[in-house]
Amino acid sequence: MNSPIIISIFVLSGIGILSGVILVIASKIFMVQTEPRAEEIEGLLPGANCGGCGYPGCKGLAEAIVAGNAPVTACPATKDYSAIAQVMGVTVEPVTVRKVAKLRCLGGKEETTNRFVYQGVLDCDAAQAMAGGFKGCTYGCLGLGSCAKACPFGAITMTVNGLPQVDEGLCTACGVCVNTCPRSLFALLPEGDPVTVLCQSQAKGPEVRKVCKVGCIGCGICVKNCPVSAITLNDNLAVIDPQLCTACGVCIEKCPMKTIRGTVSPARTIEATGA
Amino acid sequence: MRPKTFRGGIHPQYGKEMTCHLGIETLPAPEQVVLPMAQHAGAPAEPLVKAGDTVDLGQKIGEAKGFVSVPVHASISGKVLSVGPVSLPNGNVSVAVTIENDGEDRVFPELKAPGDYRQLTPERLRELMREAGLAGMGGASFPTHVKYNPPEGKRIDTVVLNGAECEPFLTCDHRLMVEDAEKVVTGLKALMRAGGAEKGIIAVEVNKADAIKALEKAIAGDPQLSVAPLATKYPQGEEKMIIRAALGRIVPSGGLPIDVGVVVNNVATAAAFADYLATGMPLISRVVTVTGRGVKQPKNLLVRLGTPIQKLLEACGGFAEEPGKVIVGGPMTGPAVYHLDFPVVKGTSGILVQSRAEVAGGESMACIRCGRCVKVCPYSLLPNFLAEFAEQGNLDQAEAYGIMDCRECGCCTFVCPSRRPLMQLIRNAKGKILARRRKSG
Repeated sequence: MNSPIIISIFVLSGIGILSGVILVIASKIFMVQTEPRAEEIEGLLPGANCGGCGYPGCKGLAEAIVAGNAPVTACPATKDYSAIAQVMGVTVEPVTVRKVAKLRCLGGKEETTNRFVYQGVLDCDAAQAMAGGFKGCTYGCLGLGSCAKACPFGAITMTVNGLPQVDEGLCTACGVCVNTCPRSLFALLPEGDPVTVLCQSQAKGPEVRKVCKVGCIGCGICVKNCPVSAITLNDNLAVIDPQLCTACGVCIEKCPMKTIRGTVSPARTIEATGA
Repeated sequence: MRPKTFRGGIHPQYGKEMTCHLGIETLPAPEQVVLPMAQHAGAPAEPLVKAGDTVDLGQKIGEAKGFVSVPVHASISGKVLSVGPVSLPNGNVSVAVTIENDGEDRVFPELKAPGDYRQLTPERLRELMREAGLAGMGGASFPTHVKYNPPEGKRIDTVVLNGAECEPFLTCDHRLMVEDAEKVVTGLKALMRAGGAEKGIIAVEVNKADAIKALEKAIAGDPQLSVAPLATKYPQGEEKMIIRAALGRIVPSGGLPIDVGVVVNNVATAAAFADYLATGMPLISRVVTVTGRGVKQPKNLLVRLGTPIQKLLEACGGFAEEPGKVIVGGPMTGPAVYHLDFPVVKGTSGILVQSRAEVAGGESMACIRCGRCVKVCPYSLLPNFLAEFAEQGNLDQAEAYGIMDCRECGCCTFVCPSRRPLMQLIRNAKGKILARRRKSG
């Protein structure tokens, strides 16, 4: 009976039971009142803590929504807000247009020239700080993948040609890449490849031609040919007004540099061209 | 007595023997100069001339805009060809005035010598510093007059002239001290009067024995002045290090030399000030060391500001072989350039041409926790941790570890056996922190 094994079993079980009792009492005394709805909403949020909403992570946003400081639609990464709205006892309009991040540059390694060989830190910010970037074009994608590293959802991968590729299925339009890119090349555009000028260069035509095969040269052909006058030329760069654009595809056809890309709506092609 | 120094630092291969014995040669004025309006730290100057104007030597062509700014003067006489943007080696784009030389070197008639500094009030001397277009000629190009206008409640008691020239390969300051010691000392006295300082120290690394001798002779027993021989070590010429070595004072974290009553100027800045006081000619030329194993005949050249570096290389016989890198400044802090049309500016101390073999880089590997970077960091920082935080984008933690005290001397990168770009990562993070501070106001 006096075996050390028996004694130690009793002693350890005793300590265990005692600690258990203390913990139960402590949890009753020091209980923190949590809003059950906050926990519920946190469960409905993506949980990536991307910070796209401006709050410290998903928990922070859930608390803000419950406190009434943030609208139920504050999370840019959530696709369907109805569940959150239900928890909060409000109704929201279902989201009709989902947005995704899109890179407004087509100049990969093949299409562009470099000014010098860059040997520094493989980070777009660092490359931009080194004499304004190694790329011939001072507006185009540096291709070092800072956006891919920053994307909290793993939606961006770098292609062999050195351009980021957005997986539209994974992209939640949280906007982290938009803020990360030192050249501000990402924009949140409606899903489904709208007709867009995929260039941000404000350089004059001949300068663009020298450094890039697919950059906007500001020739204005698209402006002249657009049947609905949706395109304007600002600082040597064509800009399409999405409100006016009918996706007729005339500009895509006419662009000499093939900078304008997008999906053409078939019905509208006939309508706009009158064919 | 052991020469004074600081904790940490490195001993790179100096390469000064290539040019330290060569006298300063004057390079003839080029056919064309490009004078950027942003040759100094702070607000760029505003151009005063337009294309087609005729300008004279020493004429003011750019007016200082704001307090932290200095004017720019024409370094040749001739016709203004254009006023437009040019890119600078550091990546900035600045408006620049391009002047075509008419070969006359016609001096601007309104220039007159301000005269003996002893006859001028300190206030007037401070104005003259600015009028002379003086910006630190060591490399950072900080407007000199700003240093002499300390904030309320702070006093300058000592002026330290920086003749350490710790950057390997460069010998422009060395030659200046040997050949123009009198001018350096006169400039120092004028600077002391402008700042109301009672002590003047010229700090020189002991590897420049002839310069120390020449300066001691020029001082001629003046009790207010002294030459401080410092140990040969990089970055001995960094502001905080030179103050620590020469005076034993420690500039607080985040502070400026003025916090310990000191102003540090480059010896070339002092000489340029003395020149201006004696002749009225503002800062229009400087000594540039053209050196490195990739150049045929290394030289110390006195060149007009705005001369394209191509001209300097031509004067030195051109490249000895296919160059690997052309660096403007010293090898430790100077940026490499990607074409040779960049002009010489106020802060251009040297042009270093490295051969292909010298720049053979290597793959950056993982940190092996050897701690060498910690040992050499003159600021007692932890570059290994800072670089890691920088890589992770953990700016708050980096700031807590004192990243903003880093002066980017590059010792950590120099010693890293894993070839990690420590300083570059830290610099990148510093830029991000500054951008964030600006954003949040």
